[in-house]
Amino acid sequence: MATENPPAPAGPARAATRKGDRIFLGLSKGSGIALLAIMAAIAVFLTWRAALAISADEGNFLTTFEWDANATPPRFGIAVLAFGTVVSSLIAMVVAVPIAVGIALFISHYAPRRLATPLGYVIDLLAAVPSIVYGLWGALFLVPHLTGLYEWLDDYLGWTGIFSYEGGAARSLFTAGILLAIMILPIVTNVSREVFRQAPKMQEEAALALGATRWEVIRMSVLPFGRSGVISASMLGLGRALGETMAVATVLSPSFLIQTSLLEPGGGTFAQNIAAGFKEAGSTGRDALIASGLVLFVITLLVNGAARLIIARRKEYSGANA
Amino acid sequence: MASRPGRGTGLTAEVHSAFTHLRRLLHLICLISALPRARRSVKQGPRPIAREPDGRPVVAPGPRKELNEVKLQRTIRLRTAAVGALVVSGALVLSACGSDDNSGGSGGETSKAASNIKCDGEGKLLASGSSAQKNAMDVWTQTYQSACGNTQLNYKPTGSGAGIQEFLQGKTAFAGSDSALKPDEVAKSKKVCKGGQAIDLPMVGGPVAVTYNVSGVDDLVLDADTLAKIFDSKITKWNDPAIKKLNPDAKLPGTKIQAFHRSDESGTTDNFTKYLNTAAPGSWKHEPAKAWAGKGGQGADGSSGIATNVKQNDGSIGYVELSYATGNDLNTVKLDTGAKEPVEATTDNASKAIADAKVVGQGKDLSLELNYKTKTEGAYPITLVTYEIACDKGNKKESLDATKSFLTYTASEDGQKALTEKGYAPIPDEIITKVRSTVDGLK
Repeated sequence: MATENPPAPAGPARAATRKGDRIFLGLSKGSGIALLAIMAAIAVFLTWRAALAISADEGNFLTTFEWDANATPPRFGIAVLAFGTVVSSLIAMVVAVPIAVGIALFISHYAPRRLATPLGYVIDLLAAVPSIVYGLWGALFLVPHLTGLYEWLDDYLGWTGIFSYEGGAARSLFTAGILLAIMILPIVTNVSREVFRQAPKMQEEAALALGATRWEVIRMSVLPFGRSGVISASMLGLGRALGETMAVATVLSPSFLIQTSLLEPGGGTFAQNIAAGFKEAGSTGRDALIASGLVLFVITLLVNGAARLIIARRKEYSGANA
Repeated sequence: MASRPGRGTGLTAEVHSAFTHLRRLLHLICLISALPRARRSVKQGPRPIAREPDGRPVVAPGPRKELNEVKLQRTIRLRTAAVGALVVSGALVLSACGSDDNSGGSGGETSKAASNIKCDGEGKLLASGSSAQKNAMDVWTQTYQSACGNTQLNYKPTGSGAGIQEFLQGKTAFAGSDSALKPDEVAKSKKVCKGGQAIDLPMVGGPVAVTYNVSGVDDLVLDADTLAKIFDSKITKWNDPAIKKLNPDAKLPGTKIQAFHRSDESGTTDNFTKYLNTAAPGSWKHEPAKAWAGKGGQGADGSSGIATNVKQNDGSIGYVELSYATGNDLNTVKLDTGAKEPVEATTDNASKAIADAKVVGQGKDLSLELNYKTKTEGAYPITLVTYEIACDKGNKKESLDATKSFLTYTASEDGQKALTEKGYAPIPDEIITKVRSTVDGLK
C-alpha cells in the first residue's frame, strides 16, 4: 500500500536503499511466495491422490449415494456430503448472520459504553472455545433440548415436508446448522462491529442534523457503508462452517441418504466424513477421503470467489475500498 | 465365574462404583484444598493484558482520560484476569489430583509382575494401530516400562487401518489390528519382512456389549435374529411380539426403538455385523464391514458417543465394548444363543467364546475364526479379538529383541491376567500357548 508512510517526500526522488529495506523486502516477498507455494503444494497433493481414488471408483464420484471406499471394488460418491455440507452451512448462515449484525449494531451504535465493552469480551470468549467443546455441549445439552423446537416445527411447518419430524434424538443437519451458527457468531459479529465502527461520523452526524432517527441513521449511512464488510464477515463465517469437523461429527447422526426433512437424522458433511473414516481407512479409502477434501477445497474457493464478486460490485457504497 | 442368573455384573460392578465414588470425593477434597492457593495467585495480581481481545492495544490510562472510564476498564481487566487465573490454577490442581488415578491399586502387582519380565533389547520400540486395545496397551506399557527401562515403548492408537499402513511402510516394529490381515496386505508385507511375511498374533479379546435404555426394563434377553431386525429397522417398537416372546416377564413399553450404531469406521462394527451376518443370515443381509451398512437407526461418533446417547435417550439400544457399558452404568442385553441360560456380556464369557474359535491362519499366522453360532454354555459370541502384527522372519534388527521381549510379556500369564481389570478378555490357554511359541520363534 502506498499510504504506509505519510511523511515520505513526494515526487520520484529515490531514497537510498538501505540494508533494512532490502531485508524487509526479501522477507515480505518470501512470505508471499511461501503462501503461494503452500497452496500449490496442497492443491497438487489433493489432485494427485484424488485422481488415484476417482480412477478406482466403481460408482459415479459425483452422484453415487454410497461410501464404500474400502470395499473391493470401491464405490463412493460425494452427492450426500456436498448436500449436507452446503445445507448445514446455509442453516448456520440464516441463523447467525442476522443475529450477528444485530449484536454488532447494538455494540457499535446502541449500547452504552459500559455495556458494550463486556459484551465484546463475551463475544470474543465464544470464539476462543475449542470446537470439540462445542460438540460436547451440543451432544449433551443442545440435542436433548431441541426436541421441543423440533416438535413445534413439525406441528406448524411439518406440511412442507422440510420440517417433518418423527421423534427420536434430534441429531440432524438442522441441529448441526444451529451449532455451527453459534460457532460462527463471534467471527461475523467481530468483523461487522469493526466495519460499523468505521462508518463515517460526518455522514451520521449529517443525517442526525437533518432530523433522522437513530434507526434511519443506521439504515441510511451505517448499513450501506458496512454492507461489503458484512458480506466478507459472512463469508469468513461460512468458510468456518463449511470446514467444521469435530462439532458436526459429535452432534450429527450421519448416513448416506439425502432426507427431504431437515429434522430427520441423516446426511453428512465432508469434514465429518473424513474424521469418521480416516482412522480405519485403507489406501483407496484414504485417497477417496482426500478426493472429497478436494471437492470441499473447490467449494470453498467458489464461495470466496462469489463473495469477492459481490463485494466488487458493491464497491460504490463502500468507503473502505475507495 | 459361572454365568449367574440375575442382573448386572455383580460384585465387580459394585466394587467399581465404590471406587468411583471414592475417587470423586478425593477430587472434591483436592479442589477445595486448592482454592486458597488459587485465590492467592489471583490477589497477587496477574500482569495486565497488553491487548484487548479484539486486537486493539489497551491505551495506558493517561491523565486526559476520564477518570471513571479508566476505573471501569481496570476493573474489567482485573476481573477477567482474575477469572482466568482461577480457571488456570483450578485446572492445574485438578490435573495434579487426577494423575494418581492410574497408579491406583496396581502398584504392588506391578512390581510383582515386573519381576517375571525378561528384558531384552534397547532403544525405541514404536508401534501403532487399533484403538480398541489402547487400554490394554497402556497397562502393559506401564508394567513393561517399569521393568525394562532400556526400552522406550510407544504405542499410538491411530486405528487399525493406519496402524497396518505404518507397519507396511516399515515405520513401526509391530501393529495392533482389530481384524486379521487381508491377502493383499500380506503380499505387501513381503517388502518389509525380508524373507518372511507379516503374521497375526491374537493377543486381546473383548466382549462387545449390547446396551439399552428402556424405562421399566432392567433385564432383557435378545437373540441374534431379533438383534439383526432391530438394528435393520425391521422391529421398531419395544413391545414387538418377537421381543415379548424372549422376555415374557418384562413390562415392555410401546416406545419407538432408537438403534445407535458407530458413525466412524471401526472394528467393533465389523465384529458386531459379522456376528449378525453369521448368526442371523436370514435377517441380516448386509456384508460385514467396518462402516455401518444397516438401514435406519442413528449414528454416533465412537464408543463413548454411543454410550452417551444410549444413556440420554429412552428407548435406545447400541453396541459398545464392555468397559464403556460398565463405565457408564448401562444395562447390557443377555444373549439367547441357544444355550440353556441366556449369556451375559462378561470377560469370562467372552474367553469361553474365544476358546471355541478355530485357528484359520496358514503357517505361523494365528488369525482366528470365531464361532458366532456357538451354543456352548456361557459363551458370549459377540466378541472382538485384536491382533498384534509382526514379521515371522525379517523383523528389523534394531527392534527385534525388544519386540520379542514385549510380546512375550503380553502373552504371558501375568500379561493376560492384567487384561481383565480393564474389561478385556484373556485369550484362552490353548491359543495363547501357540502365540507364545510363535513369538519365541520370531526372527
